[in-house]
Amino acid sequence: MTKTLVQTKGRLRNRRSKTILIVTAALAVLVILTVAGMTMNPERYATNFSEKNLPPSASHLFGTDWMGRDMFMRTIKGLSTSIYIGLLASVVTSVVALFLGVLAGTVGRWATTAFNWAVDLFMGVPHLILLILISVLVGRGARGVMIGVIATHWCPLGRIVQAEIMSLKNSQYVQASMRMGKSKWWIAMRHMLPHVIPQFVVGLVLMFPHAIMHEASITFLGFGLPAEQPAIGVILSESMKYLTTGMWWLALLPGLCLLGNDLSRINLPLQNFLEG
Amino acid sequence: MSKTAWKGIGANLLKILLLLFAVSLITFILVELSPIDAVSSYIGESDVSDAQRARIAEYWGLNDPPATRYVKWITNILHGDMGTSMIYRQPVIKVIGERFQLSLILMTISWIVSGLFGLLLGVVAAVKQGRPADKVIKVYCLLLESSPAFWIGIVLLLFFAVYLDLLPMGLAAPIGTPLSEATMGQRIYHLILPALALSLTGISKIALQTREKMIQVLESDYALFARTRGERVWTIVRRHGLRNILLPFITLQFGSISELFGGSVLAESVFTYPGLGEATVQSGLKGDIPLFLGIALFSALFVFCGNLIANILYAVVDPRIREGGRIE
Repeated sequence: MTKTLVQTKGRLRNRRSKTILIVTAALAVLVILTVAGMTMNPERYATNFSEKNLPPSASHLFGTDWMGRDMFMRTIKGLSTSIYIGLLASVVTSVVALFLGVLAGTVGRWATTAFNWAVDLFMGVPHLILLILISVLVGRGARGVMIGVIATHWCPLGRIVQAEIMSLKNSQYVQASMRMGKSKWWIAMRHMLPHVIPQFVVGLVLMFPHAIMHEASITFLGFGLPAEQPAIGVILSESMKYLTTGMWWLALLPGLCLLGNDLSRINLPLQNFLEG
Repeated sequence: MSKTAWKGIGANLLKILLLLFAVSLITFILVELSPIDAVSSYIGESDVSDAQRARIAEYWGLNDPPATRYVKWITNILHGDMGTSMIYRQPVIKVIGERFQLSLILMTISWIVSGLFGLLLGVVAAVKQGRPADKVIKVYCLLLESSPAFWIGIVLLLFFAVYLDLLPMGLAAPIGTPLSEATMGQRIYHLILPALALSLTGISKIALQTREKMIQVLESDYALFARTRGERVWTIVRRHGLRNILLPFITLQFGSISELFGGSVLAESVFTYPGLGEATVQSGLKGDIPLFLGIALFSALFVFCGNLIANILYAVVDPRIREGGRIE
């Protein structure tokens, strides 16, 4: 009996430390990529016509494009921009979602109704259409992408937060607190917010790859980051013109990196980590 | 269906109308605030004098205050006139109608394929939970979910069109053949890759969610009881599992319509497939306001209709709702 108990405990601790390991490794990769991209000397991916259209080799890991730019360096730089934009967008989005969800759950009936309407409205128009609309409105570029991502991504998390708050409202301790004359704001901050934090963090981490993917998609279509910036979307959309000439490396490798980057989202173990 | 169920559907229709109105208002305001100059996007590259510009603005009624133009736009839409597309020089409704046919074929195929395969993979993964089949399916889904839709399209192009030279690079018909004259075979031949790219991106979400729900069912008391009675796993899946995951599946499948629409925009622009998605990108890039507003409104209508059908299906599928529960 005691033996099994110890065993389960050991396995649990294993899972926990394994999770910590994975999270740290993924974070390290993200940080290294971002820092490497931000501090990179633009010379590294400058045009060099003496070395154009080269397939991948030891000196150019991802090959070069028709202007002789090193694709590996451009990819790293692009990923770094993507991570930066994705992180900023998903943090702001989560905060907006948290704020709106708490507001909708605490203020009163009309706020709930207004909130549900807004969610229905934003979920009704396909995200990509809304993204295009907003980036045309704000002007193309990083700012437009970010505002677009925020406007389209707050709904699911906002709804989860609001539902959680609604169910907390009926709990005994909130009721007791209300009868004791605490203000709505005090109750929201002290009794409700701490319960919502785990969902908030999970939501934020899940949103991160989405934000990056939408940034790349909208840039690919020509509405996002400008063409002179090394961004994954730009690289892939340029590569489209050279597919038939057999320059597969232009499209395949940068895309794979984006995929690997998104995979680092570590969402599944994170949930266990927060709960246990 | 009971009276309450019908009432629920009626309330839903009303809500859709109000939401569409709100969508039209918001998109109009957003476009109004945007720096797009309607006259420049109409004349495009050609050289035009200032006097002519003023006349064009006058002709399109661009000098009226925004409120007047909005009311005019909405009244015209209610009469079936969505204005004239500036880049295609055709009525918006005609552009949308023609292109939507092409997109609808693409989306319907992908919708059905991703739904069926998603369900199948999800059920298999749940039944084989923890075993190699489950792990393979899970990794496959995570990989697909993490890759952007347009990149999957590019990779498919690289492999099937460039490397193997089996399938066409794009378009809906062979180059030089007008769409109306293309044979059925040619059209299917051009549809395979875009449909495949769009289906692949849809599968993973449905499979992962189905797996989750199915595992819940298989771990339930009634499934355990059925097993102690001697039922086989697949019998339990058929008798208890599928019935219980049907509702969440409907929600998921119809909820995916919005993403499908976005996915089709990407897939169509990778494969230069002349559907509605391609028109969306063009109208956005070139500032074709009437067409863009029309498409935004139309896409919202499309998504809302999907939700409505899902709500009706709940009532058909779930006896609790059918017998007079509330439709949420």
